[in-house]
Amino acid sequence: MLDLSLIDITKQFGQVTAVSDVNLHLDGGNMVSFLGPSGCGKTTLLRMIAGLDLPTRGHVRLGDRDLTHTPAHQRNMGMVFQSLALFPHLSVGDNITYGLKIRGTSRDERASRAEQLLELVRLPGIAGRHISQLSGGQRQRVAIARALALEPDVFLLDEPLSALDANLREAMQIELRQLQQRLGITTIVVTHDQGEAMTMSDLVVVMSDAQVQQVGPPLEIYRRPANTFVADFIGTSNLLPGRMEAPGRVLVAGRSFEISRGGDDVPPDSEVTVLVRPEEVHVLPDHQDGPNRLPGSVDFIRDIGATVEIIVDCAGEKVTSMMTPKDRPSAEVGAQVTVEFPAGACIVLRD
Amino acid sequence: MAASETASRPGGDRGPWLLPIFPTIMIGLFFVIPFVLIVAVSVAHQYPEGYYEPAFELTHFRRFLKSIFINTALFSVGVAALVASICLVLGFPFTYFITRLPRRAQVLWLVYILAQLSLSEVLIAFSWQVLLSKTAGVANILVWVGLLEKSVSFYPSFGAVLLALTYLVLPFSVLILYPALSRLEPEVTEAARTLGASPVRTFFTVVVPIMRPPIVATGITMFVFTLGAVLVPQVLGRPQHWTLSVLITDQAVFQSNMPFAAALAIFLLTLSMALVGLTIWINRRYEVKA
Repeated sequence: MLDLSLIDITKQFGQVTAVSDVNLHLDGGNMVSFLGPSGCGKTTLLRMIAGLDLPTRGHVRLGDRDLTHTPAHQRNMGMVFQSLALFPHLSVGDNITYGLKIRGTSRDERASRAEQLLELVRLPGIAGRHISQLSGGQRQRVAIARALALEPDVFLLDEPLSALDANLREAMQIELRQLQQRLGITTIVVTHDQGEAMTMSDLVVVMSDAQVQQVGPPLEIYRRPANTFVADFIGTSNLLPGRMEAPGRVLVAGRSFEISRGGDDVPPDSEVTVLVRPEEVHVLPDHQDGPNRLPGSVDFIRDIGATVEIIVDCAGEKVTSMMTPKDRPSAEVGAQVTVEFPAGACIVLRD
Repeated sequence: MAASETASRPGGDRGPWLLPIFPTIMIGLFFVIPFVLIVAVSVAHQYPEGYYEPAFELTHFRRFLKSIFINTALFSVGVAALVASICLVLGFPFTYFITRLPRRAQVLWLVYILAQLSLSEVLIAFSWQVLLSKTAGVANILVWVGLLEKSVSFYPSFGAVLLALTYLVLPFSVLILYPALSRLEPEVTEAARTLGASPVRTFFTVVVPIMRPPIVATGITMFVFTLGAVLVPQVLGRPQHWTLSVLITDQAVFQSNMPFAAALAIFLLTLSMALVGLTIWINRRYEVKA
């Protein structure tokens, strides 16, 4: 599988910059997610890889070939569109083998390829059906089969699961990931759903405001976000404003916190943000003084069975703690409590 | 079921029945009654002096068994089909091109095309007569650039009739095709591109087949419009280029033979209805097969 490189890619639509100076190197055979809120430029980036939009500046390279000026129909990239974009005038089989027909593959071979691909997406025997007779989930699979029919160099998916309901979406995430691993095809998924990105990818590219914010494996992005945007966008986060005291020490709400990660290169006295994930925050009954602790009062308790979420008001800062029911302190709304932020769970982010 | 449901709503039960009455009356007044009158006149008795009396005779219908009328009818159908085809061949790619333009450019084009509709058939026929004339027409420009020895008149001719008829109905074809084409998702054509189809191939294998129903509808409308044109063939064509509509006008206005004109009109109506029906039927069969 060939590596895909994006070199200094910038795309402008009139005065608007949709993608700004993106440099990415994606290893062949990996599954990569472009993750970000709507309007961050992730779809535009994908469309430039497919050749549907031309970059204002920069290059797209596949292996050692420069594809920047290769038209879309000569790139051999399979793409699943957000709207699926199935051809309403063709049957399921003809949709899937549209590309093969363009290439002049014989009718018999097309029929057997269609059946093969339908089996791959677990929809055997529906080649003769009309698109309008399919359910949303089936259309999804047909669109995937169609994009894979030409054995593309790169498999591109633009918000492929957004039209499905939650249960089906989760099942499809796993299935897509397994399909990708079985075929070993370089795959890029555009999504705004962080769960989808975490489930499916080897590498997550977090984008906002036309720029790449962070590139890394899902767990690294979750555990070591590069900045407050990534921390806030991936998972739920407690973001506390603080001031650097010394390396490893941050002043939060007037108390000195010990910090074991991040902030090494931050000069003392600069404003920083301390990130603590809710599942790392402990809530203790009553007021108990100690290191890395803040007093507060319980604002809200959300008990949804498998997890309990306690929102504590610490002098105006809302802190969320998520725990399992057995660790739950006997606190009621309005009770005075102490919130503990273990040093190992605190990460310093520069603003 | 429905009756009991409406009855349970006090006072509101008559609303749904009253609503369509007004349009029904209007259609009855302006379409059905004139048509009944035409049918009645077509079987009336014509006196050689030029007036007619109510009667029931089929003389007028028998008259177009004479070959001239059959030929004219076939010629009219042929011209209408040709103009409809030219409109589609020109209008469809052009409309597709407009829908791919930025919003502002689309509006400008549509305003321009809508403005064309303000020109009546009379204006168009006589404008083309001037444009194609020997003294003031385009031939003089051709002489000026050296393509012609000396100026000629391009009318009366079949080409002139075809040109002006196409000019007359082309804006309508664009306006009928525009809504359907602008609703065509760009992603569908992009999908074809990613599957290896060149833009031209995409146009013929995706855009045209998806747009078949509006294409058929436009073709039918252009066909019927052209059949109804009276002035263009008369002004720009020779008598052998006259369509059935011209003959109807001639019979009604100049020959003072209302019953025969009415009979011809009914024949024209039946003919176009049959052809439209046939097209729809073929289209349906194709759809079921696909």
